[in-house]
Amino acid sequence: MSTLHSRSLARVALVPAVALLIVWMIVPLCMTIYYSVIDYNLLVPGDNEFIGFLNYEFFLTDPAFTESFYNTLLLVGGVLFITIAGGIGLAVLLDQAMYGQNYVRLLILAPFFVMPTVSALVWKNMFMNPVNGLFAHFAVFLGLEPIDFFSQFPLLSVIIIVSWQWLPFATLILLTSIQSLDREQLEAAELDGAGPFSKFFYMVLPHLSRAITAVILIETIFLLSIFAEIFVTTSGGPGYASTNITYLIYTQSLLQFDVGMASAGGVVAVVIANLVAIVLMRLIGKNLEG
Amino acid sequence: MQSTKSKVIYTVLAWTIAGLIFFPIFWTILTSFKTESEAIASSPSLFMFDWTLVNYQDVLSRSPYFLHFSNSIIIAVGSSILGLMIAIPAAWSMAFAQTPKTKHLLMWMLSTKMLPPVGVLIPIYLLFRDFGLLDTRIGLVIVMTLINLPIIVWMLFTYFKEIPKDILESARVDGASLSQEIIYVLMPIALPGIASTLLLNIILAWNEAFWTLILTAADAAPLTAFIASYSSPEGLFYAKLSAASAMAIAPILVMGWFSQKQLVRGLSFGAVK
Repeated sequence: MSTLHSRSLARVALVPAVALLIVWMIVPLCMTIYYSVIDYNLLVPGDNEFIGFLNYEFFLTDPAFTESFYNTLLLVGGVLFITIAGGIGLAVLLDQAMYGQNYVRLLILAPFFVMPTVSALVWKNMFMNPVNGLFAHFAVFLGLEPIDFFSQFPLLSVIIIVSWQWLPFATLILLTSIQSLDREQLEAAELDGAGPFSKFFYMVLPHLSRAITAVILIETIFLLSIFAEIFVTTSGGPGYASTNITYLIYTQSLLQFDVGMASAGGVVAVVIANLVAIVLMRLIGKNLEG
Repeated sequence: MQSTKSKVIYTVLAWTIAGLIFFPIFWTILTSFKTESEAIASSPSLFMFDWTLVNYQDVLSRSPYFLHFSNSIIIAVGSSILGLMIAIPAAWSMAFAQTPKTKHLLMWMLSTKMLPPVGVLIPIYLLFRDFGLLDTRIGLVIVMTLINLPIIVWMLFTYFKEIPKDILESARVDGASLSQEIIYVLMPIALPGIASTLLLNIILAWNEAFWTLILTAADAAPLTAFIASYSSPEGLFYAKLSAASAMAIAPILVMGWFSQKQLVRGLSFGAVK
């Protein structure tokens, strides 16, 4: 029974948050779109004339874009595969009765709280370094040739680091979901003679499907914008071997000062992220009604 | 007996995997107490080394560590509190005065969170340059408030929505004004929700490493950007890197462990409960 007075007050209460978000997102986005159709380089003073879709043409036909596009797909896909597969396995394991379950969960969760620059540098120096890293010591101990991770497998190394950071998140979400599974149903299935495999594939996995979708979509949003891990390890190299779209746009704008072309890249990145976001919003929207 | 046996097997398996996953953090903490030469020794020892605090002393005395640490605190805590102040009225309005448009508004707010930062990188950088906000703490607080505002509003909304409306109505019938209604009735009930929202946002802002790396240099750099400076290839100081890292992650790790339940709720935007 809200009164007219409180209803108009409610509308006023919304204004700061909504106005700030509009200013923060819509205004810069429009500026990016505007920059993307003009000839604008910070190092080349000119009259910034309108050049239509030329920036887009240059950006999309640049071999660096093709390479970083595939790198982005591999990075997102690789991390998703590792974290979802590992997350399902860990969630099923953690759902079993065991000693010290809470402490196990805390240990597994920990990497998620480590800041990206720390985890990237710790892995790069203390584990993957070809001379002083722990993996190198281990290889030498076994009489093998140490692997130079960041020059031989730059993208894979970044995938390993990022997967370590995101595995806890997938595990936690999937575990939360698995624990809401109806125990009585499982026991009934057991009485009817269902083995562990049929229970997993016909009951657990279908129950998890919604949580898995949520993990895929949320991780994708964050993984498309991976930056710090590349910035402190490979700087996108060698060549463009570990450059993703986010890093490519960073180098074009703040290292090469080509505002026009980098803005075109920014618009392309927004379009890609939107395709993912639309699916995610549908999923969350459904949940809002339920 | 069968169940005890399987319980032991699951325990061993789970602790082994958890130990492997936690190992990099454990190793970082351990290395921070070694000397530089022991840190890179080809047969590293687990506990049998000369424990030393010299790395912590060096990091604290030879680099402006305290400046970066306080930058992190100001940026993370400041932006979270500022975000709460803007978000509480909005979430209150959406939870208690729902209109047909509320759902669309919430969705729109969430969609701003999904915009990739490179989509607005150049205008923000140029605006910051023109307004003299580059490498300032106030600039970072503004950015961090705005990127986390959708999550703050969303989380508060899910908490407020669970508060029974009757309580507010009976307060109103008893003659409470709107501000009294919010301060004396709503706030005490919503306090746990507000506290966990605050906690999760401090964690997110503390670890944010796109805008902090791009918009700061020497003065306003929080720990994320300061640690990144250890990536220079001139000198590999593993023990010092470890000490600086351990101090940077310890407070947040502890906070994170306390807020793991809220994490699921906050980061899945309510899609998983």
